[in-house]
Amino acid sequence: MRVNVRTYATLCRYIPGFSAGTPVEIELPDGASLSDLIEKLKIPEREVKIAFVNGRTRPLDWLLESGDEIGIFPPIGGG
Amino acid sequence: MWILRINMNDASYRLEESPPDYETLAGRAMTSTLISEEVPPLCHPLGPNNKLVFSPGIVTGTVAPTSSRVSVGAKSPLTGGIKESNAGTSWASDLARMRIKALVVEGKPKENKKFLGVHVTWDTAAAKPKVEFFDAAKYAGKDLYEVFPKVYEQFGKGISIAGCGMVGEHGYGNAGVVFNDLAKRPSRYAGRGGLGSVMGSKALKFIVLNSAGAPGVNIADKALFDKGRKKMLDALQTHDVTKPKGALNTYGTAVLINILNEAGGLPTRNFSSGRFEGAAKISGEAIFEGNKERLGKEIYNHACSPGCTIQCSNTWYKADGTEHASCVEYESDWAFGANCGIDSLDDIATMIHLCNAYGLDTIETGDSIAVAMEAGILPFGDSKGAIKLIKEMGKGTGLGPALGGGTGLAGKAFGVSRVPAVKGQGMPAYEPRAVKGIGITYVTSTMGADHTAGYTIAPEILGVMGKQDPLSTEGKVALSRAFQATTAFIDSSGHCLFVAFAILDIATGYEGMIEECNGILGTKWSADDIVAYGTKVLKKERAFNEAAGLGKEADRIPEFMTYEPLPPHNVVFDVPESEIDSVFGEL
Repeated sequence: MRVNVRTYATLCRYIPGFSAGTPVEIELPDGASLSDLIEKLKIPEREVKIAFVNGRTRPLDWLLESGDEIGIFPPIGGG
Repeated sequence: MWILRINMNDASYRLEESPPDYETLAGRAMTSTLISEEVPPLCHPLGPNNKLVFSPGIVTGTVAPTSSRVSVGAKSPLTGGIKESNAGTSWASDLARMRIKALVVEGKPKENKKFLGVHVTWDTAAAKPKVEFFDAAKYAGKDLYEVFPKVYEQFGKGISIAGCGMVGEHGYGNAGVVFNDLAKRPSRYAGRGGLGSVMGSKALKFIVLNSAGAPGVNIADKALFDKGRKKMLDALQTHDVTKPKGALNTYGTAVLINILNEAGGLPTRNFSSGRFEGAAKISGEAIFEGNKERLGKEIYNHACSPGCTIQCSNTWYKADGTEHASCVEYESDWAFGANCGIDSLDDIATMIHLCNAYGLDTIETGDSIAVAMEAGILPFGDSKGAIKLIKEMGKGTGLGPALGGGTGLAGKAFGVSRVPAVKGQGMPAYEPRAVKGIGITYVTSTMGADHTAGYTIAPEILGVMGKQDPLSTEGKVALSRAFQATTAFIDSSGHCLFVAFAILDIATGYEGMIEECNGILGTKWSADDIVAYGTKVLKKERAFNEAAGLGKEADRIPEFMTYEPLPPHNVVFDVPESEIDSVFGEL
């Protein structure tokens, strides 16, 4: 299955050539989880604070579906 | 410690010993106590009976990290209720070091406004502050970027400056109180609630401080204070958000643009959607990358005030490498960006710089312009048109007066029904329909639609203290209440609210904050006492508001948000009124 992934802030460096918010299409086996995706992208899991799937935050064992829009963030803050 | 009263009826002043009852009050606790005790709740905010109170926090003026903050309070010309607004600036520690617990501006000159300034210095021989009034007429009606260097020239490089801009002189609800940053820019603001107009109405243009020779803050138990300070510092230096080259130091607060957009809670085009297609172009990452491209190197952010270790303030540079605007904060970036449908950082920077020049609150200004766009005065996305309107607000010409009085007023002036405001104050950069807890804070806070008053975004979006679902209403009443009470304490402590990112996750950091305060004051507070302290402040504010005519009917979300589903999640604000009323009902 194919999913669209956007990385942000310090995690952008794990997808060279893609700036924050620009989606990259990733091919995954059926039944893959967010954790599997993060592993495929070679992002250390401890650097991932929040992961969105279609606008909702999900735990890393969340199972993905074809066409999912995913956003991955490190710890960030602001006001 | 002293209460310094500046009387604008006759350009006189009085220095009083601060009463024992006020010993543990500081920052917001001090301003809200003074306002509720001395200002008639039904007074006109621009009349002679309102008072403008400045108070540094408990740890302000010490070496505690992020501690140079000041609270400014009054009855708000914008909301008609009590207001506390705070800023990070050297002015705060200068006031604290002169042992001034509160600087109270009272009265109003009877005849036509001739602007005066006040110069406060330390009289070493008399061992107390000394005050001189000066003629500030030559500074009135001018761009603050033009005027600040002249004030430094007049009084010396070691001063700090507080003041109002042109719009404060006009008396607009959008006027903030300006302070200097570490590079002497007029760029730090106690922005919300029109406090700049309270200052302007009293014909006071600037309060200049020079704390040279001042004794510094009295610390009851230095060892305890130092123990606490180290724990606080350790938490700040360790946490990924607040540490050197962490999220805030690298990307600034505008790093929030993308995550709110992902979550579907970034208010877009006058709160008509929770996603903006141009979000990435105006994000903190875009600022970092854009600066890198324009300057040829990575720029990390700077401190707004002495002793700040988080250093989240940024500067956006022009293509030619010169400074364009400082800072491009999340709120300002969003207000002129997503909320107006504008995706150009250059245009947003121009608008922010103009607001700083005129003395305007960027949130209120952006919200008001978005309401004007909704009314069809100019199209969404029209940055040239928005810039023109900001100039009219600054000069008080054209549509300036209709837009300068706050988002609620703009809605009425143009006959708009979709007005994102509570108690007349424009909503900040989080959509209440998509983030229910912040919505509860917006409607129940004594401050009007205010995000910092009870920043439930921390758990709802950012995962601080554990992740909560922003679309759910469950537990959100208790969450908002807890955040509001704790925040009222932090607003009194003198610390920047951003310490919360670290100390809500790192328990020793929170302990450190309590030990710092106990060390300075000689108190023996526990975590429960902190919440009790904050709760007491909220109750005083609440009582003032009720006496001012702001009862629970004012604690309501704009009607359109109860029936208009917000894309992308297609949600409405559905917290029942009984639950909203229980936030303070069960305080």
